[in-house]
Amino acid sequence: MQPIAMSAKDLSVSYGDSPAVRKVSLDFAAKQVTALIGPSGCGKSTFLRSLNRMNDLIPNCVVTGEIWIRDQDVNSPSTDVVSLRQKIGMVWQRPNPFHKSIYENIAFGPRYHGVKNKKKLDEIVEESLKKAALWEETKDRLHNSALALSGGQQQRLCIARSIAVKPELILMDEPASALDPVSTSKIEELIAELKQDYCIVIVTHNMHQAARVSDKTAFFLNGEVVEHDLTHNIFTNPQKPATNDYITGRFG
Amino acid sequence: MKSATTGTRGMFTSDRGMNNFNNRMFTFFVWGISACIILFICALLYLILQKGLPSLTWDFIMGLPSEMEEGGGIGPALFNSFYMLLISLLIAVPLGMMAGIYLAEFAPENKVISFVRICVEGLASVPSIIFGLFGIALFVEMFQVGLTIIGGAVSLAFLNLPVMTRVTEEAIRAVPQDMKQASFALGATHLQTIRRALIPTAVSGIVTGICLVAGRAFGESAVIILTAGVTTSGEMWDFNLLSPGETLAVHLWYVQSEAIVPDAVSISDKSAAVLVFIILMFNILFRIPLWIKERKSR
Ligand SMILES: Nc1ncnc2c1ncn2[C@@H]1O[C@H](COP(=O)(O)OP(=O)(O)OP(=O)(O)O)[C@@H](O)[C@H]1O
Ligand SMILES: [Mg+2]
Repeated sequence: MQPIAMSAKDLSVSYGDSPAVRKVSLDFAAKQVTALIGPSGCGKSTFLRSLNRMNDLIPNCVVTGEIWIRDQDVNSPSTDVVSLRQKIGMVWQRPNPFHKSIYENIAFGPRYHGVKNKKKLDEIVEESLKKAALWEETKDRLHNSALALSGGQQQRLCIARSIAVKPELILMDEPASALDPVSTSKIEELIAELKQDYCIVIVTHNMHQAARVSDKTAFFLNGEVVEHDLTHNIFTNPQKPATNDYITGRFG
Repeated sequence: MKSATTGTRGMFTSDRGMNNFNNRMFTFFVWGISACIILFICALLYLILQKGLPSLTWDFIMGLPSEMEEGGGIGPALFNSFYMLLISLLIAVPLGMMAGIYLAEFAPENKVISFVRICVEGLASVPSIIFGLFGIALFVEMFQVGLTIIGGAVSLAFLNLPVMTRVTEEAIRAVPQDMKQASFALGATHLQTIRRALIPTAVSGIVTGICLVAGRAFGESAVIILTAGVTTSGEMWDFNLLSPGETLAVHLWYVQSEAIVPDAVSISDKSAAVLVFIILMFNILFRIPLWIKERKSR
């Protein structure tokens, strides 16, 4: 059993008066992939965003409850958001590279955190791109614009960018839903690879993808976690009728 | 199969032929209008440059003006144009950018800020002569410095501040939100995000703003006449901020309307050509770094 990398206790999030996440408690183990599934609008992205306090950017968003990353309380006002976000990488549905070269995209984060040495940066860039399985395709064009890459390559670049700051966790919000099947399977291979080092939380609408890549699965419905168990159990022997309905495609 | 197609076609009853015709007419119309405008601009440029450029000499460009005789130059006025432009940009660009960044990134959404925004927008379209009057009130009456380069430059900066603010705000707002989020998620502070992610992405819009503002400052006359005067110190390379600061645009107006030199027409033709030529150059020069950047990112 792996140690717990992050846990949420009674986490609730609301936008103004309308609640989006209600009293969710989930543990994420290190070196494991947890998939969050559930119908559209049930609060998966909202939950994910509160884990690295990205909800701070949304003006009327209120978060209550606790999130612990080791012995640090994420929601405490005294938490240093900058170092917290450095520990938690994030990847979005739509690839969002900066309008800069491939090299600069990766070096962006480390530069923020004080790496100035050119050789060290070169090393980080190479290592991150290798980890994201993008090195072979880009090593000859590191200084070309990242926007010239294909969508799938851009998404792997975004993953490389987030691991360049040496996080402990990676949050992915539907990382493959804008990609073609080949790129999708590359991302899935990559997730399996990254799992060796990181705790990964991935939101997905693709049941097969959840079944393929994750160790544990949490099923969200109307802002609550209905069921959280080993992926194998969820997909072969769900305990709740709602889970069963959802994975067999009867709603959502 | 065939009947199925006609079946669906039957549902969409709009007239393909008519739509195509309209589309073509519209394209033709737009094309025609663009052609007219381009033709007009080219003719205008040709007219101005053709009158002035052939007889242009270095003596004229660098020479001192004369009050009575033929053969005066535009040296000091030209110098003042650049000098005041530089000073006004040094004031307006940093302040305008900071105000724009504040409005786009830090300002809370409330009534006060929306009122400020309306004011900025209003100020951007206030006639320039009002800024000239303001300059008089400030420099001539309050500080009692008379008509000076510094007075003109600061008034020009005030004139351009609202435009610069607006343009920067719009350019920063136009940066996709997910770019900003990506930067934050990597652990960047707000300042780092603005400096490294937002401004580099918005730079094209901001440079357009600077071009606009620079062109306007270079060609401005009303503000200069009221705050910097219609005379120069009569020396070349006079960096004294308290000298009178007639610029080329003002000189053009002055020669045309007030001067008694016999070659006034030729002087104003040549001045106009120089003015137009320089403004064209501005727009090209400012764009070159952007072109290079775009090249690189392809
Ligand atoms: N910025 C926001 N402001 C106000 N309400 C929001 C905001 N973002 C999300 N919501 C609301 O919160 C609820 C949960 O949204 P969320 O994006 O977390 O759903 P989701 O599970 O990620 O859906 P999807 O699968 O479609 O991405 C929805 O009802 C949505 O309308
Ligand atoms: Mg979502």
